[in-house]
Amino acid sequence: MLRHETIEKNVILLAVLTLITVSIGGLVQIIPLFTIETTIERVEGVRPYSPLELAGRNIYIREGCYVCHSQMVRPFRDELERYGHYSLAAESMYDRPFQWGSKRTGPDLARVGGKYSNEWHYQHLIDPRSVVPESIMPPYAFLVRPLKFDDIEKHMRALQRLGVPYTDEMIANARADLVAQANPDADTTGLLARYPKAVVGDFDRNTRVVTEMDALIAYLQMLGTLVNFAEVTPQQLRQ
Amino acid sequence: MGESLAISAGAGPVVRTEAAYVEDVVRAFVIATVFWGVVGFLMGTIIAWQLAFPLLNLDLEWTTFGRRRPVHTSAVIFAFGGNALLGTSLYVVQRTCRARLFGGNEAGWFLFWGYQTFIVLAALGYVTGVTQGKEYAEPEWYVDLFLTFVWVVYLIVFVGTIMKREEPHIYVANWFYLAFIITIAMLHIGNNLVLPIDWGSAKSYQVAAGVQDAMIQWWYGHNAVGFFLTAGFLGMMYYFIPKRAERPVYSYRLSIVHFWSLIFLYIWAGPHHLHYTALPDWTQTLGMIFSVMLWMPSWGGMINGIMTLSGAWDKLRTDPGLRFSVTAVAFYGMSTFEGPVMSIKAVNALSHYTDWTVGHVHSGAMGWVGFITFGAIYYLVPVLWGKRELYSQRLVAWHFWIATLGIVFYITAMWVSGIMQGLMWRAYDELGFLQYSFIETVAAMHPYYVIRALGGVLYVTGALIMVYNLYKTVTESEPLPAPAPAWRPQAAE
Repeated sequence: MLRHETIEKNVILLAVLTLITVSIGGLVQIIPLFTIETTIERVEGVRPYSPLELAGRNIYIREGCYVCHSQMVRPFRDELERYGHYSLAAESMYDRPFQWGSKRTGPDLARVGGKYSNEWHYQHLIDPRSVVPESIMPPYAFLVRPLKFDDIEKHMRALQRLGVPYTDEMIANARADLVAQANPDADTTGLLARYPKAVVGDFDRNTRVVTEMDALIAYLQMLGTLVNFAEVTPQQLRQ
Repeated sequence: MGESLAISAGAGPVVRTEAAYVEDVVRAFVIATVFWGVVGFLMGTIIAWQLAFPLLNLDLEWTTFGRRRPVHTSAVIFAFGGNALLGTSLYVVQRTCRARLFGGNEAGWFLFWGYQTFIVLAALGYVTGVTQGKEYAEPEWYVDLFLTFVWVVYLIVFVGTIMKREEPHIYVANWFYLAFIITIAMLHIGNNLVLPIDWGSAKSYQVAAGVQDAMIQWWYGHNAVGFFLTAGFLGMMYYFIPKRAERPVYSYRLSIVHFWSLIFLYIWAGPHHLHYTALPDWTQTLGMIFSVMLWMPSWGGMINGIMTLSGAWDKLRTDPGLRFSVTAVAFYGMSTFEGPVMSIKAVNALSHYTDWTVGHVHSGAMGWVGFITFGAIYYLVPVLWGKRELYSQRLVAWHFWIATLGIVFYITAMWVSGIMQGLMWRAYDELGFLQYSFIETVAAMHPYYVIRALGGVLYVTGALIMVYNLYKTVTESEPLPAPAPAWRPQAAE
């Protein structure tokens, strides 16, 4: 039997036993999430972000939106009525990092896509209190500046290496797709074939340049819209 | 063995070491702790006012709540808390081992400047929008990599000093500091596995995605609480309370049980941040069960800390510095009771996403982490600067009461606003419709956000009183008669 005195007199032994002790819980909780296949529900429709949505998501992350907005609807009656169907693991399977959030200073955004018009989002981001007088959200008028997207292929290539199913064709068309999504007059056949349900439009009353505002609103408008819950069976949802 | 050992640990024959302890670096860490503390508390107060009055976001991208909130959390956890932990651990490990710091002054100064560089790099990133978007792990890959290097040096310096010790036993405070250093290394690396898009770019993507990333994040996030804000500060408790009370640790056996059960159980608690999410139920249930079990070792530690005052309770009346340390342990006990309660799924269904969580965190951060650190600082400054005593005990008492009042304002406001908002979200009217729109629940928070911000103002005010008192202590207090010895042959060292 190991006496505690032995451990107390040997710092290497103390360190090794400590490392073993603190490793167990994490291993038991994390490894199975990668190995148990049912962890991600088997639903159809979830796809990688379009280039413009990806750029918008990175602005969402940059501005710390997750600090006040969750993206995780819980399976409660009131949340179902307020936000929609509870969130699935599958719906964030391409999210690096995940943005489930931990606080609702503002409402949940997991299913905000399609709930408001582009114009509403634009107005709300420029001056939140012009559309919601009691809002305590900071204004984001500075997002009207042009979006930098000359490295969008690098973003998609990195994600491809990590396992996101971006094809080489998607990466080759990235810039064209990004610009087309923010232009209501563009030919978007290729874009919509690659990224079904992508919302195309002029998001910010400015068709001359693609702005950060375009990207962010394009991202918000697709949130929670990819899975068609009318077609989902309980069997597919079992974790 | 047993109880007697705790008393005798450190009381062995005095062996004169060749060189004095490394103290310049510890002094620098103490100054940095106080400096970053004020910055962190102030930043918290500013963003608290922003929630009450959104005009204070100033229409600038660098001053929005979203970018400043990580500045506040990192300043308080990693800058204030981190400097306190590094400084006190280097102080405690040398004294309890009777050994000069491994690596000497050079290693110590590298740690100091390396750690400050990490803080500044991280904060510059946040305000300019460079972030990983993971709570309490916002710094991007290049900052993470740099911190990993500094941290490995810290581990080597700490373990190296223990290996040089002239005491047969490793003192209990050092177990906790060691567990903190090792576990933070593991969590930091595990949660920051990313692929940069380009070696010349600050941007990176996580290796894990979605649900797995969520689990890894809260395995990290909850144990940043468990090991950074708890285990490390318990190390502080196990040195400074016995020292200040001039009493041995209450129970040696309890410290052993406390140590191993705490570090084993804490790691499992992460999933309670993900109750009712898309994380599979089995993981949530495990997280809940272990979180509830965690109550026991937490209170074991609290009892061990508070009962150390047995026979010295009168000191609470005469020594406001010790009052800070002991109140800290009481807050620790309160937070570690509230935590398991909130980890129960039925309670969490109400509390999650609300200010209740924010209040819970702050009773831990302001009450436990803040107060145990203030207690240690009030002890350390006269010792490190060779002064007979602090400039003013009265000002310490003022700091204590103002800060305590600030915490009370803060946590009661958050209890009310959190529970109220949780109930409003789920309220139905007589026709079966949701009773409140979301924005009505936001508007209802306003008075509590003002009260909370006032609590923050009080807490900052207390800290500024401390700064003044410490400055006066260093510049005006009567020095110790003899040139300050590097160590003093005392029984309880």
